[in-house]
Amino acid sequence: MRSVSWALAGVLAAGMAWGQETPAPTPSPTPAPAPSPAAAPPPQPSPAAPQEPPPQPTPAPAPPETPPATPPGGLGVPSNVFSPNPVNPTFFNPAIAVIGNFLATAGHNPVVPTKSFQLEESEISFQAIVDPYARADLFLSFSNSGVDVEEGYITFLHLPWDLIVKAGKFKAQFGKINTLHLHVLPWPDEPLPIVNLLGSEEGWADEGASVSKLIALPGDTFSEIYGQVFAGNVDNLFDAPSASKLSWNSQYRVYRDFGDDNNVEVGASYGGGFNGVTTDTRTDLQNFHMVYRWKPLQGRPYRSLIVRGEFFRSVRQQVGPTQIATGYFASADYQLARRWFAGARYEWSGRAADATLHDRGVSTALTFMPSEFSVIRGEYRRRTYAGGHVANEGILQIQYAIGAHGAHPF
Amino acid sequence: MKRHLFPVVFVLASALVFAAAPLSATVHVVTSLQDFASITDAVGGKRVETTALARGYQDPHFVEPKPSFVLKLSRADLLVVAGLELEVGYLPPLIDQSRNDKIRPGAAGYLDASNGCDILEKPTGTVTRAMGDVHPFGNPHYWLDPDNGRVIARAIAAKLTEIDPSGAADYKANLAAFDAKLAEGEKRWDAALGPYAGTALVTYHNSWPNFLKRFKLTAAGYIEPKPGIPPSPSHIVELINMMMEKKIPVILMEPYFDQKTPKSVADKTGASLITFIPSVGGVPEAKDYIALFDYDVKLLADALAAKKVKP
Repeated sequence: MRSVSWALAGVLAAGMAWGQETPAPTPSPTPAPAPSPAAAPPPQPSPAAPQEPPPQPTPAPAPPETPPATPPGGLGVPSNVFSPNPVNPTFFNPAIAVIGNFLATAGHNPVVPTKSFQLEESEISFQAIVDPYARADLFLSFSNSGVDVEEGYITFLHLPWDLIVKAGKFKAQFGKINTLHLHVLPWPDEPLPIVNLLGSEEGWADEGASVSKLIALPGDTFSEIYGQVFAGNVDNLFDAPSASKLSWNSQYRVYRDFGDDNNVEVGASYGGGFNGVTTDTRTDLQNFHMVYRWKPLQGRPYRSLIVRGEFFRSVRQQVGPTQIATGYFASADYQLARRWFAGARYEWSGRAADATLHDRGVSTALTFMPSEFSVIRGEYRRRTYAGGHVANEGILQIQYAIGAHGAHPF
Repeated sequence: MKRHLFPVVFVLASALVFAAAPLSATVHVVTSLQDFASITDAVGGKRVETTALARGYQDPHFVEPKPSFVLKLSRADLLVVAGLELEVGYLPPLIDQSRNDKIRPGAAGYLDASNGCDILEKPTGTVTRAMGDVHPFGNPHYWLDPDNGRVIARAIAAKLTEIDPSGAADYKANLAAFDAKLAEGEKRWDAALGPYAGTALVTYHNSWPNFLKRFKLTAAGYIEPKPGIPPSPSHIVELINMMMEKKIPVILMEPYFDQKTPKSVADKTGASLITFIPSVGGVPEAKDYIALFDYDVKLLADALAAKKVKP
């Protein structure tokens, strides 16, 4: 494991060196305000003070003699020198957004009691380009239990061999749902296999480093491979007994379009780490995920379908017999109208520490999105916990996003 | 498990290295919109190969960031975007994932086509999302003015010359030919719509300010109460009253909205509802940038003629 982190460090160092040695193909000048032909002529020496000749002998060059409809520059001149937009003084500030997630729960859950109203979390994100070599993303989660760094990482995008390296705290690229933030899921809750086999609703997020490579397959098929190492501290999942006992994860995912309207992603993930029961006990994890999407680009506006399925397997060594627990969920979300979505989900999962105990659940959700920036969702969920404890709950979720318009997740 | 996975990955990876080794001197251009791809084809001729991410019949505000786009971007020498935050919802992470330094914002292979164009409706004062999905840098549907198309063509020619200097003469000649074709087209379009100068129309989304301005038409109202916000009953009542009062002859709508509401407005007011094509490829006839205007102008001129509109 230690050798893996050394290899990562090597890749990073090589990438930085590469970035410094390679001269830029063309000088890319900093954006400057557009020379507007309509603007006032350049400042002239004031005629009111003729006895004091201005220290600057020449006035600023006149604006280019281009009519408004011609591009600045011309053939051969880099056109990105000019920007039609004035430079904003807050230009280099990170993009900041706040996502609020409010939950109201009705019903009775004898196993995992929830409050009737809760501001589940407010997520604040800061995202910016660091320098010509990297970008940084920080997601802080504020909740009643305190402030938590949900993710905070630097991404090196300009490395040799088309690698992307990420370092910091981030969600493990394990399955599909685990890589997504709660507010982009079609449900107000995480499915049972995440809760039971990845420790908690928070899933598998840890401090570490990640390398990924894009592999183009024939037939315009996208695929990407990930290798990740982590410190190995995740609530209820990993608890590294010493600093050298890292956890690790890998994923290979393949994505393909079938025409303009259909696409499929499948992936396999494999990882593991030390669970802290004793100094040597490990938990190994496997996942297969599949996402099918249908969204007609023409003819049927406001219709789409997303079908997801994931299978999880956890092999947990403990003081007694090793527990092999599996779990899965399958869901479908259909867009009924421009702003309305309906979904259903089935979930089933053993428990990591005692594979003989199973929980299962069914839920349906109806989502209304007043705009791109807010979501109102109602979910009915019936979970049957091991031992026959049944929980019927209705969950109302209200979400809003303010701030910079981030990209939509896929 | 691991032992089985590695050979598979290795074989796949090596298959790809071979499959991915291309290569000709062609300049690979990816554009966000088919309009820019069409103009690039006209200016670049045989020296370029273009791919557009969004389809002409698709809402350009809501393009899904498909991983297959990452592949296209990873092979690009030049990326042409509309800018003005039209692509903010999908393009930035795709550029990052493409691992292609040539096409990042600021790099030589990144062209914001709005540079130098006549951009309308730049908001002044405070902008909040209470105004709907406003674009703080101005209306991004600017390519619907052929004069802006000319500006875009020049910018693309300049970019191609920068990236592929050996093609400079070709690009210059192609640009001149495109320019001439566009000028001819403009004569046609001005002749067709000239008689209707001053006519007020209603449009679904505020997608056409540049088109309307170019042909001296105006928008009296919108089916959407605010950009990106679907029509509410009270807004529609107001709109119908206004349309009856001003005798609005035509409603223009984009192909990617639901026809139900505009159809009922058209029925109640007697206006014609026409589906205007906002981009090349929106219908098969709009096969390039010039044909796009030919199609839209004819559609509108015919609708106005049928309504016997007199300015």
